Amino acid sequence: MTMTMKKTIHSKNDLVIKFANVNGTGSASANNLFAKALFRMGLSVSPKNIFPSNIQGLPTWYEVRVNDKGYLGRRGGIDIAVCVNPQSMAKDIKEVSPGGYVVYDNTKPLDLRLMRSDVEFIGLPLTQICLDEYQDPRQRQLFKNVIYVGALAALINIDFEVLTSLIGEQFKGKEKLIAPNVHALDLGYQYAKNHFTCPLRITVERRDNRGDKILIDGNTAIGLGAVFGGATMAGWYPITPSTSVIEAFEKYCKRLRVDAGSGKKNYAIVQAEDELAAIGMVIGASWNGARAFTATSGPGISLMSEFLGLAYFAEIPTVLVDVQRTGPSTGMPTRTQQSDVIACAYASHGDTKHVLVFPATPKECFDMTAQAFDLAEQLQTPVIMLTDLDLGMNDTMSEPLEWDEARAYERGKVYSAEQLEAMSEKFGRYIDSDGDGIPYRTYPGTHPTKGAFFTRGTSRDEYAIYTEDGAEYVRNMKRLLKKWETAKSYVPAPVIDNSGKGSDIGVLHYGTSMAATLEAIDYLAQEGIAVDSCRIRAFPFCKAVEEFIEQHSTVFIVEQNRDAQMRSLLVNECEINPKRIVPILNFDGMPVTAKFIQQAINSRLDINKVTPIRKNTTSNKAEQ
Amino acid sequence: MSYIKPSFRHPELPVNELGFTQQQYEGSLSTLCAGCGHDSISGAITKAIFELSIAPHNIAKLSGIGCSSKTPTYFLGSSHGFNSVHGRMPSVTTGANAANREMVYIGVSGDGDTASIGMGQFAHAVRRNLNMMYIVMNNGCYGLTKGQDSATSDIGSKSKKGEPNPFEPIDLASVALQLGATFVARSFSGDKAQLVPLIKAAIAHQGFAFIDVISPCVTFNNNPGSTKGYEFVREHLAATGTVDYVPMKQEIKTEYAPGSSTEVTLHDGSVVHLHKTDDKLDVSSRRSALALMQEYKAEGKILTGLLHMEQNSRDLHETIGSSNKALRSLSENELCPGTAILGSINDSFR
Repeated sequence: MTMTMKKTIHSKNDLVIKFANVNGTGSASANNLFAKALFRMGLSVSPKNIFPSNIQGLPTWYEVRVNDKGYLGRRGGIDIAVCVNPQSMAKDIKEVSPGGYVVYDNTKPLDLRLMRSDVEFIGLPLTQICLDEYQDPRQRQLFKNVIYVGALAALINIDFEVLTSLIGEQFKGKEKLIAPNVHALDLGYQYAKNHFTCPLRITVERRDNRGDKILIDGNTAIGLGAVFGGATMAGWYPITPSTSVIEAFEKYCKRLRVDAGSGKKNYAIVQAEDELAAIGMVIGASWNGARAFTATSGPGISLMSEFLGLAYFAEIPTVLVDVQRTGPSTGMPTRTQQSDVIACAYASHGDTKHVLVFPATPKECFDMTAQAFDLAEQLQTPVIMLTDLDLGMNDTMSEPLEWDEARAYERGKVYSAEQLEAMSEKFGRYIDSDGDGIPYRTYPGTHPTKGAFFTRGTSRDEYAIYTEDGAEYVRNMKRLLKKWETAKSYVPAPVIDNSGKGSDIGVLHYGTSMAATLEAIDYLAQEGIAVDSCRIRAFPFCKAVEEFIEQHSTVFIVEQNRDAQMRSLLVNECEINPKRIVPILNFDGMPVTAKFIQQAINSRLDINKVTPIRKNTTSNKAEQ
Repeated sequence: MSYIKPSFRHPELPVNELGFTQQQYEGSLSTLCAGCGHDSISGAITKAIFELSIAPHNIAKLSGIGCSSKTPTYFLGSSHGFNSVHGRMPSVTTGANAANREMVYIGVSGDGDTASIGMGQFAHAVRRNLNMMYIVMNNGCYGLTKGQDSATSDIGSKSKKGEPNPFEPIDLASVALQLGATFVARSFSGDKAQLVPLIKAAIAHQGFAFIDVISPCVTFNNNPGSTKGYEFVREHLAATGTVDYVPMKQEIKTEYAPGSSTEVTLHDGSVVHLHKTDDKLDVSSRRSALALMQEYKAEGKILTGLLHMEQNSRDLHETIGSSNKALRSLSENELCPGTAILGSINDSFR
C-alpha cells in the first residue's frame, strides 16, 4: 500500500532491525543466519537476544544493529521491524521509528487499528506460501522463518550467495536439508523481488570491517577459557544466563579432553543439587589440587556467599563466573545488568573482600577465565569474573582467541614432596615467609609424614592449629590485607585512553558498558568535547585507576545498575569524595546505549557550566 | 577432659605393615566433654585405619560444623583435614574426590549437620554413590549450642531440659537405604568390637558407605527419658550379627556356624564376613534391611550392625567416566589443547 510519509529513513550500512517471534518456533536459527550473513559481508554487526523467561509459545525478540564504524553497542530506535508474532504486534509496530518499515505476514489482513501513516508496510504472505509449499506442519512453521530471511535479502540487498553458503555449512552432514532451506530462502527472495521495489531505502553493502574477527558469545569463550586454562572439575547448578558457560565447557571437553586410548574423560562435571553444593565442590577440588570452577548468576552468588567467606579465610583458590542478570531476587531473569558488583566484592560475613575481574569482550572472557585460574592459585583466594547476560548470551564480534604456547599455568606457592622432604623446620601453612602475604600450601597426599595441616574456617595460628587468641587472629587478618595489596600487582590493569589529550573530563566504565561508552565518546568528540576514558578491569583497583580520577576534574562512571555500585567501591576503597564521581546509570534490563551516555554527559556539563576545552588552555571549572 | 597429652609411648609398640604405630594415626587431644561418645568413635577410626595399614597421607578427613565435626582434629594427625561449612561436607568431599580418586575419603558429620542443615547435600552424595565413608556421630541433640533437640531425636525422648521432643525423628540409615546407598550400617559408640570392623568394611567399599553411630551426648542428652543415652541404648541394642573384615591377603580363620553367615567379596578381593544373629536379614537386599529395621523398631529395639551392602557398586567416577588417574595429576600438556586447535575453533566462528 502507498501512503504519503513525511519522513523517510535512507541509510546504507546503518540500521537496526528487530525480529518479533514466538518462542520455540525455530526463529532463533533463522535470525542467527541473518546476522551471520551480514557478518560474512564484512559488516560490523551486533545481534541481541531479547527474550522473556519462557520456553515456548510466548513473544521473543532479536535485534540486529549494523553499522560502518565498528560500534557494537545498542543504538536504540528501530528501522525495520519483522513482525511475525500476532501477540506482540501492536507494540512492535509502535516501536518503529518514523520513516521505517514494518515487515509482516499479510496472509490475514492487518488490523486497521495497527496501521501507521509514518511507516511503510511490507506484507509477505508467509503462512500462505508455507501452506502451499509444505505438507508437514512443523516444516510449515520452520520455513516461515527462512522465507522472511530470503525476502530480507532482496529488500535490504544481502548477498544471496552468502546465505546459501551459510546454509551449506549449517547442514554439513545433513545434506538432505540444504536444498529445502535454499528453496525457502529463494521463495522469500523471489516474492519480495516481484512485489516490491528492491532494495528499499535501507540497504547493506559489502565492507571489510570483519578482518580476522570472530562472532562468538561470551559464555562460549569462557567455557573455552576454562578448557585451555586447565580446569578439570566443574560443579554447577543451572541458572540463566550462566548455564551455557558449563554447556560450552562440556562441549569442548568432550571434543578435546577425552583420552583416545581409554575413552576416559580428563575432566569431571557434576551438576549439583544447588549453588551451595556447586561452590562446595569447587572448593573441595581446588583444595585437593585441581583447577575447578563454577558459573552462576546473582541468586547463586547469594547462596554461595557463606562458602566464599570460608574460601577467603581458609585461602582456597576458587574460580567463580557470575553472568549477571537483572536483580534483586529473581528480578528480570532474562535481562542484563551489572548489579552484583558489591555483592561479589564483599560476599560473605566478617571482613571479606574478593578479587573481581570484568571482561568486556569475548576475547577477554577467554583470556580472563584462563587468567582467573592463575590468579586464584597465585593468591590462594576466590576470584570472581563478572560478566553479564548481554555479553554472555549474545554473539559478539571479537578479536580471535589467542593462546601463547610459551605460557605456563601459574600454580602458585605449593610445596612438592621433595621440598617437604628437604625441610628441616616444621611446615606452617600460614607463615608469610615471602613477605607478600601469600603463604605456602600443600596438596593432600603429598608426603607420608610432612606437610599435612587442618583446613578450617575457624581462627588458627600459623601452623593451622585452632586458636581463639585475639592477637593471632589480628595477625592473620592483617596478613590477608597484605595479600590484598599484593593482588593489585597481579590483576588485569585498567585500559586507559587519553585520546582527549589531557581533557578535564574522564569517564570510567567496565564490562559491557564499554561499547556504548566508547561510541558516546566519539559523538562527544564530534561536538568538540574531548573525553578521556578508563576501563576498570579488576578489583582491587590498580593505582592507575585512582590516578585517572585524580587527573580529571569531572569524572563520570557508566554503570548498568541503580545504585552506582562500582562508584561505591571506588569511594570506599580509594577514599574518594563521592561528589568527585558522577554516575550515569542505566538499569532497565536492556544494554545501555551511546545516546543515553552522551545525553547524560551533556546535561551534566550544562548544569555545571563546564566549558569543555582542554586543560592546558583554560582554568579548571568543573568543581564548582 | 584431659588437657595434657602424654608424650611417653612404649618403645616397642607394635607397627602395621607400613611400619607405622597406632600412635602415628592419632590426632590432637580432644576438646570434647569427658565421656563423649564421639571420642570413642575417633578411637575406632584410628584403630581401623592403623589395622588396615593405609598410609596416613593417603587419607583426607572432612567434616561440617558441630561437636562431631570437630573430631577430625582428634584422629589421623598426619592426614589433611578440612573442617568446612555447616551441613556442606558432602559437597566439599565430592569436589575433593573428583580431583583425586586415589585417596581415601572419610566424612564426619553429626545429626544436626546431616539430618537438618545438610539433608540436601547428604541425599545427593548418596545418589551419586560418592566413594567415601560417611559417619554420622548421632547424639540426638545440638551439643555446641547447648542441647537443643535435633531431627534424629525420637518422639517423646527427653533431653536434659526435660521437655519431650514432639516431632517425628528422621532415621538416617533408613533414608540412606531409600536413597540407594550401597553400604549402610548402624553402630554404637560404646561397641568398639562392632564398630572397628564396620569402619574397615566401609573404607574398603567402593562407593558411598554410610555408618550411623549412636553416640551419647554426656552433657545434654544422657539423662533418664532420653533414647540416645548410654543406658537406654545399651538396654535396647540388637545386632544383625558379628562383622569381620578380612583383607585380601589374609586367610579366613574364624569358623562360623553354618547357615547363619554371609560373605561379601569386595572389588579388591577382600572379604566382609557377617555372622548373622537374625536369619531374616539379607544384606544384599535393601528391602530386607528396611523391613527388619522397622520390625525391631516396633519392638522398641535399635538394630545395629551391617544392614546392607552392594557387591557391584559403581562410584561417581565410574558413572561419569572420568579418568582412572587423579585429575589433579594431569599435566598442562594433557589439559591444554594448544594454539593450532584454537585456530580451528576460531575458524568455526567466522
